[in-house]
Amino acid sequence: MSGVHVTTTINGDAVEFVCNADEPLLDVLRNRLGMTGAKEGCGTGDCGACSVTINGRLVCSCLVLGAEIQGAKVGTIEGMAKGDKLHPLQQNFISHAALQCGICTPGFLIAAKALLDKNPDPSEEEIRFGLAGNLCRCTGYDKIVRAVQATAKEMRGA
Amino acid sequence: MRYEAPETLKSAVTMLAKEKGLAFVLAGGTDLLVKMKGGFLEPDLVVDIKRIKGVFDITKSATGFKIGAAVPGVALGEHAALVKAWPGIVEGANLIGSKQVQGRCTMVGNLCNGSPAADGVPALIAANAKVVISGPKGKRTIPVEQVPVSPGRISLKKGEIIEAILLPKRPANSSDAYLRFIPRTEMDIAVVSAAVNLTLDGKGTIKDARVVLGAVAPTIIVVPAAAKALIGSKLDAAALAKLAAACSAACKPIDDKRGTIEFRTKVAGVLARRAAEIAYKRAGGK
Repeated sequence: MSGVHVTTTINGDAVEFVCNADEPLLDVLRNRLGMTGAKEGCGTGDCGACSVTINGRLVCSCLVLGAEIQGAKVGTIEGMAKGDKLHPLQQNFISHAALQCGICTPGFLIAAKALLDKNPDPSEEEIRFGLAGNLCRCTGYDKIVRAVQATAKEMRGA
Repeated sequence: MRYEAPETLKSAVTMLAKEKGLAFVLAGGTDLLVKMKGGFLEPDLVVDIKRIKGVFDITKSATGFKIGAAVPGVALGEHAALVKAWPGIVEGANLIGSKQVQGRCTMVGNLCNGSPAADGVPALIAANAKVVISGPKGKRTIPVEQVPVSPGRISLKKGEIIEAILLPKRPANSSDAYLRFIPRTEMDIAVVSAAVNLTLDGKGTIKDARVVLGAVAPTIIVVPAAAKALIGSKLDAAALAKLAAACSAACKPIDDKRGTIEFRTKVAGVLARRAAEIAYKRAGGK
């Protein structure tokens, strides 16, 4: 298996790596770059735990090859907080107890941010549809929806 | 496996044509990568076409729309002129998968996956859409319905790539709609689906129609008898009943855990009727 050399931008930082041709971006992030925020739930694009953005589009990093991100701009959960300052979504997930085991949380945060970036005032239905690609086996989703609603309100007010 | 990302169609075609092993085109990857992960496919070569100029473009011209092979589902929904002209095509494509999948999945990929239940395809066929194919012998353009051959199989030859989808120019008072039945509210595979494309005259009489059904035969099917039932009518109850009967009569479905033959046959008629009503209203009919 020949290695593929990739130069890309992740959370604004220039990054370079060599990966196998068939290696998913998720494995590159976790195993080669030490960015373990994105999780592998299913590995087949069903659960959303590995969500990242590529050139502003929400995607599952398990369904992208590392080789594909040459020259792209990737956003991961590691870029969400600014230093010690949490993003309002992260803060509200904590204050609304919108997580239990936490495996799905990075994916939910990335997907919720992508939703609010496009639609700052989503209805509950739009939030539930917007996050339908993220599975959570603990919370029953309600607290997650409340946290996103609170964040949307807070960010519109700011 | 080797990964190549050529910058021209010509070199992509050459790579695919020359490969002695198993070669696949990669655009959105939402089918290909799942099959690779599951061990169902072990490609020797994957040719990523996303660095080829124009593959992400949706262009409108005097002859209609051209949609590049790598345009993701989400970009179709963001294109206001496309949504206005072909709401049924866009709603079909946007039903596929989650937001994450929409960020990558393409209509060409949905077509080339060869599923009779593909949500992105019936409305394309109802629209008389065509695909532009580049191959070792040059370019050819064929109707979308000539691409799928049987479940999972398509008519493309070795080295051929679908580079774009062409949608014809829209006459006045035209619209389309797509509906599918699934046992849950989101993110499932169609048990039955129906696409209807209509053109009305100034008084609301249907001048032209095309009715297409998915998931009720080995390939997505065009139902000329159903279109005939609509043409000349103002979508009255008698025309709708004839439409539904023609659709049910055209079904040759399988019996499986997601739907029985009887259920699929009946629901095909129901969905076609409802899709016709939506398309009629969208086209300006009252």
